[in-house]
Amino acid sequence: MEFKSITQLKTLLDENKISIKEIAETYIKRINEKKELNIFVYFNEDIIHYQAKEIEKLPNDKTLKGIPIAVKDLFCTKSMPTTAGSKILENFKPTYESFVTQKLINQGSMFVGKTNLDEFAMGSATNTSYFGNTINPLSKNDNPLAPGGSSGGSAAAVAADLCLGATGTDTGGSIRQPASFCGVVGIKPTYGLCSRWGIAAFASSLDQAGIFSKNVKDASILLQEIAGYDQRDSTSSNVQVPSFYKNLNPSLDGKVVGIPKEYTVDGISDEINGVWEEAIKSLEKKGAKIKYVSLPHTKYALPTYYIIAPAEASSNLARYDGVKYGFRASDAKSLDDMYELTRSEGFGKEVKRRILIGTYVLSAGYYDAYYLKAQKVRKLIANDFVETFSDCDLILTPTAPSAAFPLNEKQDDPIKMYLNDVFTVPASLAGIPGISIPYGKDKQGLPLGIQLLSKHYNEQEIFNAAFALEKDYE
Amino acid sequence: MSNLVKGKKYQWETVIGLEIHAQVKSNSKLFSNSSTVFGSKPNSQVSLVDAAMPGMLPVINKYCIEQAVKTGIGLKAKINNYSVFDRKNYFYADLPQGYQISQYKYPIVGEGKVTIDFKDGSSKDIRIVRLHLEQDAGKSLHDQNPTKTYVDLNRSGVALMEIVSEPDIRSADEAGLYISKIRSILMYLDTCDGNMQEGSLRADVNISVRKPGDDYGTRCEIKNLNSIKFIKQAINYEVKRQIETLEEGGVIDQNTLLFNTSNGKTRPMRSKEEAHDYRYFPDPDLLPLEINQKDIDKLKISIPELPDDRKKRYVKDYSLSNYDASVLTADKSVSDYFDTVIKSDKSLQDSSKIVVNWITSELFSLLKDNNIEIYDSPVSPNHLGKLVNLIKANVISGKIAKDVLLEMFNSKEDPEIIIQKKGLKQVTDTSEIEIIVDEVLLNNKKMVEEYLSGKDKLLGFFIGQSMKKSKGKANPKILNDILKNKLSKKN
Repeated sequence: MEFKSITQLKTLLDENKISIKEIAETYIKRINEKKELNIFVYFNEDIIHYQAKEIEKLPNDKTLKGIPIAVKDLFCTKSMPTTAGSKILENFKPTYESFVTQKLINQGSMFVGKTNLDEFAMGSATNTSYFGNTINPLSKNDNPLAPGGSSGGSAAAVAADLCLGATGTDTGGSIRQPASFCGVVGIKPTYGLCSRWGIAAFASSLDQAGIFSKNVKDASILLQEIAGYDQRDSTSSNVQVPSFYKNLNPSLDGKVVGIPKEYTVDGISDEINGVWEEAIKSLEKKGAKIKYVSLPHTKYALPTYYIIAPAEASSNLARYDGVKYGFRASDAKSLDDMYELTRSEGFGKEVKRRILIGTYVLSAGYYDAYYLKAQKVRKLIANDFVETFSDCDLILTPTAPSAAFPLNEKQDDPIKMYLNDVFTVPASLAGIPGISIPYGKDKQGLPLGIQLLSKHYNEQEIFNAAFALEKDYE
Repeated sequence: MSNLVKGKKYQWETVIGLEIHAQVKSNSKLFSNSSTVFGSKPNSQVSLVDAAMPGMLPVINKYCIEQAVKTGIGLKAKINNYSVFDRKNYFYADLPQGYQISQYKYPIVGEGKVTIDFKDGSSKDIRIVRLHLEQDAGKSLHDQNPTKTYVDLNRSGVALMEIVSEPDIRSADEAGLYISKIRSILMYLDTCDGNMQEGSLRADVNISVRKPGDDYGTRCEIKNLNSIKFIKQAINYEVKRQIETLEEGGVIDQNTLLFNTSNGKTRPMRSKEEAHDYRYFPDPDLLPLEINQKDIDKLKISIPELPDDRKKRYVKDYSLSNYDASVLTADKSVSDYFDTVIKSDKSLQDSSKIVVNWITSELFSLLKDNNIEIYDSPVSPNHLGKLVNLIKANVISGKIAKDVLLEMFNSKEDPEIIIQKKGLKQVTDTSEIEIIVDEVLLNNKKMVEEYLSGKDKLLGFFIGQSMKKSKGKANPKILNDILKNKLSKKN
């Protein structure tokens, strides 16, 4: 049996055409068949069977009863270890459940496993994980492709039909870019919409949980379930979460969509610009008004991001010191020795690079020139959006500067790798919501994504427009 | 009052600034809901947040904020409507997050001042630079095992107020007075329990010396002193060391020092290569703290009478001297005791000095000998008031009153009952005293003759004998009068 979407599976369940046990067995089988893609860091059949039995007992009105969900291994989970893709947390078993995963559990979802990611979510290709690369399921045999990152495992899991939805986190594009690479829907909501409680931190002021799904409807269902206020996270927003799914409305009549000129970057393929053009035309045809706008500080977004995110990371990752939990190097002769050895052996190259960058930009004598200045620029970037949204409902851009690239490309060139985030980082810095939906393909048949942005807490508008555009490829 | 210190060659002025770390009195920690009870089993009061588990986030404890604001008000300081929590980054085994959440650029409380009082009746203001909130670290235990260090995180995350003074302090004694005064204010406010032994109040002391009129010298910081005695010792040692170094032509290295309580010396804590760059930056897990004026005003109303106000009241209402009043108000429980005594009977208002004396000399020594705090005193304020009134009314003499107090201390009984039971009532009946005096004069005829021939000093002998006969109960003044009168008649 094919499962196309959450809504379809729910209908099958309601009509008793399938049991939760059968769902569990189907997905276990699929995951076992796709092991070579290295999508999961943790997969345990017994735990899935156990969940299936427990979920059976739940009342039928649970929104996600029996829905197979994959969880990025940055979310702390009680039933499965949590590694953050790092040796330093290898075998770490949290005694607590993250806010987001707890909400999914409460609604009866079935966790199929923990997905691979770039170590501590630092990367754009899911290739910095201690547990090896994840391979994009859309790769042809002779040319393995990257799934994007850092939530590459989650995006790949949805694309390979190993679940019907997955959690991700997006700090600078870590949901939207892999969604684009794997041809699935990925939404990063407004900063603060989903609690960060229980998610291993990368950059606190940017980290935001979000969703991967097969279509916009499913994304709206899932996001609604994981959103909400949490007093344990001081940056969590105490706002009413709308019924995204119920309110879905593909009408774009009178909506103003901004097209920022700064997102026409050198070296972007004609195919991507072509897809962008197509989407613009489609929106116009559907009744939207197109407005060419300017976000003048966009060019500073990437360097700003690569100061702020590493700065916060350098401090957030200080807790992984070998003292309390996780990996501790043996043979240390002193406390300082233990720190040095533990962190040298426990962290991978990219994480260490960012810790060093972050430590540098916060150092006495450099703080003002880097961190403080970056914070000021961040405000300017956010203001660009505020101004634009004063007379636009949405902004439309490409999601990533390329389609999925071969696995080993850019591996040794961090700057090139960082450029992957060029279209996604500005929204992260501004804390505004953004979605990536698949929209067309390149010559090789690889999916391309377009990104829709809107102002804070305006996820509904994003869902509506994405829902409308999605129909072009149904 | 000159505070100059004589060296071998020159006179020196000591310049001292204090950073006091006061533990906020609160049931739970600054950013988690773990308990703060002292002396609990190691690691029994550690939440996921305190242990810095992955994905755990700090949440500000509102009560700790209120405590800090109240303290700020008590220090006559500016309360900042906007303040920011920063991360102070460094690695240590008992610092689970790898950073301490503190306040750096924008503290919750700004400039204030504290008044210290001297014996000669004068006083001096010490300016406060700021007060900020921060987390305490855990505790490393190095002495439990020859090869291992154990870490106890019970204290990790407990709220501290760091109170920073201007370098306005000029001697060890002033430093002692200053920290006592801060302690007193905090205890009046009930924002810190003031228990220095348990580490609820500790101080870092910055010291430099200079020739009068010169710029500030290079300072050294002595870390983590937890008693006023040690603070004074450390200052005196360090001042001497700095003066000697300078007079021998040396220079003072800016350094962080530790005070060794067993030999009374300071020594450097770490070398310069180990100097930290704390990389302060605003904690992105916490929003800036905004306090509106209404809430501050509400807290202002809840502020109790503080030592300085009480001192003024005592000077005004009870005519106590400034210094006496400051000594009495230093300890809130003593001052509360005094207040209760005075209020127990209106007539005592005019005898405040006698009440003070009975509290600070007789009662204090009994309490001290028995290791009892004044708030647990077996002699109730009411009973002490009665005792003073009995003395004033000549029912008992001061001397007998001391015995009565001891009895009150031991039995918790009303002084009137004790006096009655033991028949200690002073004899004021002149006829009774006359009989005694007559008897004494009759039994000592020879002495009477000697007295009459000019040996005036013998009057004391007659008084002594008479008093003895009355078992100490004769009213001394009446006895004196009768004796003189009778002796003069014999002339």
